[in-house]
Amino acid sequence: MNSRDLVLGRLRAALAADPPTTTGAVPRDYRQSGALDLDRLVQRLTDYRAQVHRAAEDTVAETIAALLPSGATVVVPPGLPAGWLPPTVTVLPDTGLDNRQIGAADAVVTAAAVAVAETGTVVLDGSPDQGRRVISLLPDRHVCVVRAGQVVATVPEALTRLVPHRPLTWISGPSATSDIELNRVEGVHGPRTLHVVLLS
Amino acid sequence: MSQVFLGMPATAPAGVGHLRGTESFPRAARRALADPQLRRNLGHATTTIRAKSAAVIDELPDWAQLRAAGSAIKTDVLARLPELLVQLEAKVTEAGGVVHWAADANDANRIVTDLVRATGSDRVIKVKSMATQEIGLNEALAAAGIEPVETDLAELIVQLGDDRPSHILVPAIHRNRAEIREIFLRAMPGVDPALTDEPAALAAVARRYLRQTFLSTRVAVSGANFAVAQTGTLAVVESEGNGRMCLTLPETLITVMGIEKVVPTWQDLEVFLQLLPRASTGERMNPYTSMWTGVTSGDGPQAFHLVLLDNGRSAVLADRTGRQALHCIRCSACLNVCPVYERTGGHAYGSVYPGPIGAVLSPQLTGVADNASLPYASSLCGACYDACPVGINIPELLVHLRDQVPHPRAEATAMAAAGYTMDRPRLYEAAQRATRLGRLAGRRGRGLPPPLTGWTASRDLPEPPEQTFRQWWAQR
Repeated sequence: MNSRDLVLGRLRAALAADPPTTTGAVPRDYRQSGALDLDRLVQRLTDYRAQVHRAAEDTVAETIAALLPSGATVVVPPGLPAGWLPPTVTVLPDTGLDNRQIGAADAVVTAAAVAVAETGTVVLDGSPDQGRRVISLLPDRHVCVVRAGQVVATVPEALTRLVPHRPLTWISGPSATSDIELNRVEGVHGPRTLHVVLLS
Repeated sequence: MSQVFLGMPATAPAGVGHLRGTESFPRAARRALADPQLRRNLGHATTTIRAKSAAVIDELPDWAQLRAAGSAIKTDVLARLPELLVQLEAKVTEAGGVVHWAADANDANRIVTDLVRATGSDRVIKVKSMATQEIGLNEALAAAGIEPVETDLAELIVQLGDDRPSHILVPAIHRNRAEIREIFLRAMPGVDPALTDEPAALAAVARRYLRQTFLSTRVAVSGANFAVAQTGTLAVVESEGNGRMCLTLPETLITVMGIEKVVPTWQDLEVFLQLLPRASTGERMNPYTSMWTGVTSGDGPQAFHLVLLDNGRSAVLADRTGRQALHCIRCSACLNVCPVYERTGGHAYGSVYPGPIGAVLSPQLTGVADNASLPYASSLCGACYDACPVGINIPELLVHLRDQVPHPRAEATAMAAAGYTMDRPRLYEAAQRATRLGRLAGRRGRGLPPPLTGWTASRDLPEPPEQTFRQWWAQR
């Protein structure tokens, strides 16, 4: 008997010995959605040490220019709108960069798939304007551009907008740890600085 | 083993993994209680986390509804566990992953070791995982000449300090910043002796120390917080980004997951992604959550293996009352509110699962006889039940398990004798008269004689009254 049959056999025997009486019904009377509030997103992101900047579609480049030093090398996913990038930075499009090149860059600029106001979260889903997971991981500074239309109020709304089989990264503030005396400290392995540029 | 027993629920085997302590809880607890530094560290940490968690839970008007939903989903999962696991297997396979089934710790360790060997790598990077701690995977890998590198900060502190984890969420909770600094100075090559004990400075040292290892290791081993049967999606919830490194950079990813971690639908994540961070780290959302489904071409590991682990879970499932322990999402809220855990810390429990949930999960996974003191490692105050985000009735389980603990023969004999006496009024009256003689012995003499001394080692027998109720009634 292989382990698969063994485990499944054990589980069936366990349930048969003392069958559960549940109907399987799950009460879902918790909040499915909420009123959209961009200010709440800003407040919750800021609360976990993300730096939030409001901009319009045509002022993204100048907003980003103010965040990155002149001459900074910036990794960008292949589908990022070209107009978002200021002329002051050196752009490294990810057309198969290796990890060392990505890690040596000063920053990465991506778009997002969804943002959750209540939890202060942005979600990346690997779309062409967000790129491979590694590019938003190795550089020490992540600039994430979120469009107002991508913001939802609650976690349940975010899940309905996401496609499960895409690689998803939920980001709530910069890398942090609570491992030393259970106090939150920002800056471990992921980007130590997270800028969110909110377009509205 | 005969054919008849092959399909029967089985407990976790002894001699492998970390579910059994080497001494009883009271004995280990006594040593922990004598360590004032440990008690200060634990008191500080648990007080901090309780306040943070309560604040973010209070923000949600529908916490009670989420908790009820979480509990109902887990009840449904257990009722349909075989079918959901088969569905998960099909979906992961469809998405390019390979699913392995492990009946116990030895099985799982062998599977993972063989998979790592097949890649030719002599090192793996690890995301913090209770399942791999439970089965003693690090020891098995090391025995096979493979170096396991823990990348979670607290796990790293434990590994470098040659120590044992003492908390589900923060395995180094028993260490304060000064002790962590000393461990880093001792065990990390090239650390500047001017390193301060500022948490930010300590975190920065860990970042530098591990970066090269992340970039040069070809195999990662992780656990999983959730696995969605409907879609084949795995989820890992973390803070530091070490999880993202392990889940993204290597060529091969091996995930070891307890079979109870499966959830039926994608929608179910909306419940647990709200419950888990608020109950565990006291955050609205943890910094990073990664979700992946099989293999994504051009992004992340191109080989993905999922190891589904039983190791005693089928035995827990077989007990109608006991099976609710499998609802646990490893948030550790019950540890943080437990007056016993707060004073003894995690090591006293002997198992990788400490605190109230450990006191009910460990004995069930191993069989109660192997962890017989744990169901008593509680005052039954009920704080754990209130704190549990999926509503596990831990006090009920503790009492249920106490019933199954093999009791000393002397205790059973004494109880039988008491029962016999109470059934017979004349005998009972005589016994009551006899207890009055105990008054003459005074405070010191009020322990029970051997072999019943254990009973009165930590309890005072009440002083017998001058007059019994029956005597008073007769004289009235």
